[in-house]
Amino acid sequence: MKAVKEIRSRTVVLPAENVDTDQIIPARFLVTTSREGLGKGLFADWRWEKDGRPKAGFALNRPEAAGARVLVAGRNFGCGSSREHAVWALQAGGFDAVVSTAFADIFRGNALKNGFLPVQVDEAAHARLVEAPGLEVTIDVGAREIAFEGGRSAFPLEPFARYCLLNGQDELAFLLSREREIAAYEEAAGPAPWRSA
Amino acid sequence: MADGPRTLLEKVWDAHLVSAETDDTPAVLYVDLHLVHEVTSPQAFSELRSRGLGVRRPDRTVATMDHAIPTRSGPDGRRAPAEGAAAEQVSALERNCHDFGVTLYPVGDRRQGIVHVIGPELGLTQPGSTIVCGDSHTSTHGAFGALAFGIGTSEVGHVLATQCLLQRRPRTFAADFDGTLGAGVTAKDLILALIARIGTGGATGHALEYRGSAVRSLSMEERMTVCNMSIEAGARAGLVAPDDTTYAYLAGRSYAPAGDAWDAAVARWRTLPSDDGARFDRVERIDASSLTPMITWGTSPGMGISVREAVPEPDGDLGLEKALRYMGLEPGKPLLGRRIDVVFIGSCTNSRLSDLREAARVFRARKVAPGVRALVVPGSEQVKKEAEVEGLDRVFREAGAEWREPGCSMCLAMNDDRLEPGQYAVSTSNRNFEGRQGPGGRTFLASPLTAAAAAVTGAIADPRELLR
Repeated sequence: MKAVKEIRSRTVVLPAENVDTDQIIPARFLVTTSREGLGKGLFADWRWEKDGRPKAGFALNRPEAAGARVLVAGRNFGCGSSREHAVWALQAGGFDAVVSTAFADIFRGNALKNGFLPVQVDEAAHARLVEAPGLEVTIDVGAREIAFEGGRSAFPLEPFARYCLLNGQDELAFLLSREREIAAYEEAAGPAPWRSA
Repeated sequence: MADGPRTLLEKVWDAHLVSAETDDTPAVLYVDLHLVHEVTSPQAFSELRSRGLGVRRPDRTVATMDHAIPTRSGPDGRRAPAEGAAAEQVSALERNCHDFGVTLYPVGDRRQGIVHVIGPELGLTQPGSTIVCGDSHTSTHGAFGALAFGIGTSEVGHVLATQCLLQRRPRTFAADFDGTLGAGVTAKDLILALIARIGTGGATGHALEYRGSAVRSLSMEERMTVCNMSIEAGARAGLVAPDDTTYAYLAGRSYAPAGDAWDAAVARWRTLPSDDGARFDRVERIDASSLTPMITWGTSPGMGISVREAVPEPDGDLGLEKALRYMGLEPGKPLLGRRIDVVFIGSCTNSRLSDLREAARVFRARKVAPGVRALVVPGSEQVKKEAEVEGLDRVFREAGAEWREPGCSMCLAMNDDRLEPGQYAVSTSNRNFEGRQGPGGRTFLASPLTAAAAAVTGAIADPRELLR
């Protein structure tokens, strides 16, 4: 995982609440063995007509959305399926962070493991960002703070996740380094509790 | 570790700590059982290969195929083979399980099925254990008093390589259902009512524990239906304390312990229920006797109402307005009598033998209404076989419903079982998200009884009227 210290970008605003991972990437795009190439599935049913033309009016299709790396969305973003493809699709679509007032647990965990930032802000900061699409924001991982014209907001980021982001450390490497403790646990726990089938 | 009285969750959590959490680091939590399927695992196995890692505990890892495989039969009467990219996922899983020494129950095996159906029926799912899978409905296994939750593909890789996950302990949320469910009111209605009350983000950050006399009197399959939908309330895990119902279900199953090991296991499991005086971070109480058959009207599982109620007024709520528009519904109007196109009975929520028996009660001596397509998709090969021994397949076929091969099917439309744009379905699955059952498709979630009632009347109906 590459280190993430600061994200500076304009925003795209998608104010819907409860954006579920089936909207972020519909299941038919999960029929793949790769994590590449998922950008075409990003918000596919909201973004594209059946014949492939862009749906006018959808936030990501507006010209001013081009190049924006921060998505501002409504409460409970990423609910539903555990598909990590949702994070991969957002990244393939050019995004580095989502700002919301609340994130679903599994999405949040998946995002952080990919260096993608779930930025949870208070209602006031969120309202400001929603009313001003395209606002320039700066997300400072070390300071756990998002700043923009007319406001700033702290966001929760647990110390371990913050450390991993700042140092580009991945969790698997950390777990592998705990081999001695894991082996000791297994030794004490004994064999798996199953009769073989 | 918690001192004093502990909840079920805390007991299971404490027993699986390789190292406890600190302010700076999450806990290293040991995983007893890792279930794997074809859609969320290939990238994790690729990661292992690229790092030169093996699967640490193939004996604690079991794989099957369920999400992307066809459930229709080919011309030879056997299941149609997966094609294209789905076939690649299937062969990738076969190759990965072979190369890494993981047990696989593939298509054609008598133990194949939806991953959350086969874990319990094989006896792999046991009280007090930790169970994960790259699928959010892993919460199903919590019905046995296990801590079971869905993980992403990165975490699938972590568990394959180390049998561990980095986790913070969830907060505890007791959902207490006292009283007795009325006739025609099922476990599905109970969980839909809870989600309607607390919302789809209502239990985020928590593990639910379902308690109370109404939960105690549920069968294991009904408890699985309840725990299955914990994630639709935002909870990664949902648990029911194990009891004699649990042990009676598990006894004799192929992976369940036997003889002295069984007695020792039951003695251990009896220590799991939450202690008297154990504190929950949140408690919600629902009178089960007040519940009625539920149905969702919108595009989020929290948008549920009693089947006889009117669709709510949005009162300026943009989310509700958007859902009404997508569903093509008018506020203030009842759903009863509304024509539907498709009925889907299946999914990890409601595809077990008792679900099929319930549906068959309604289908028996009736016909699927003209113009309606009804699919009945058993959750596993074993469910299919048992249903056929009882003649349930004949009941469905004679009514004009399709009797399918086991898999996830139209729950998430990854294979060719899909709604057409604009079609209305009554579905026993778990998600009514926009396009979940096919682009443009519109889903009403309900119990097997309510879904079957819709199939035979061609419209949304109160199943209690057909059971008289």
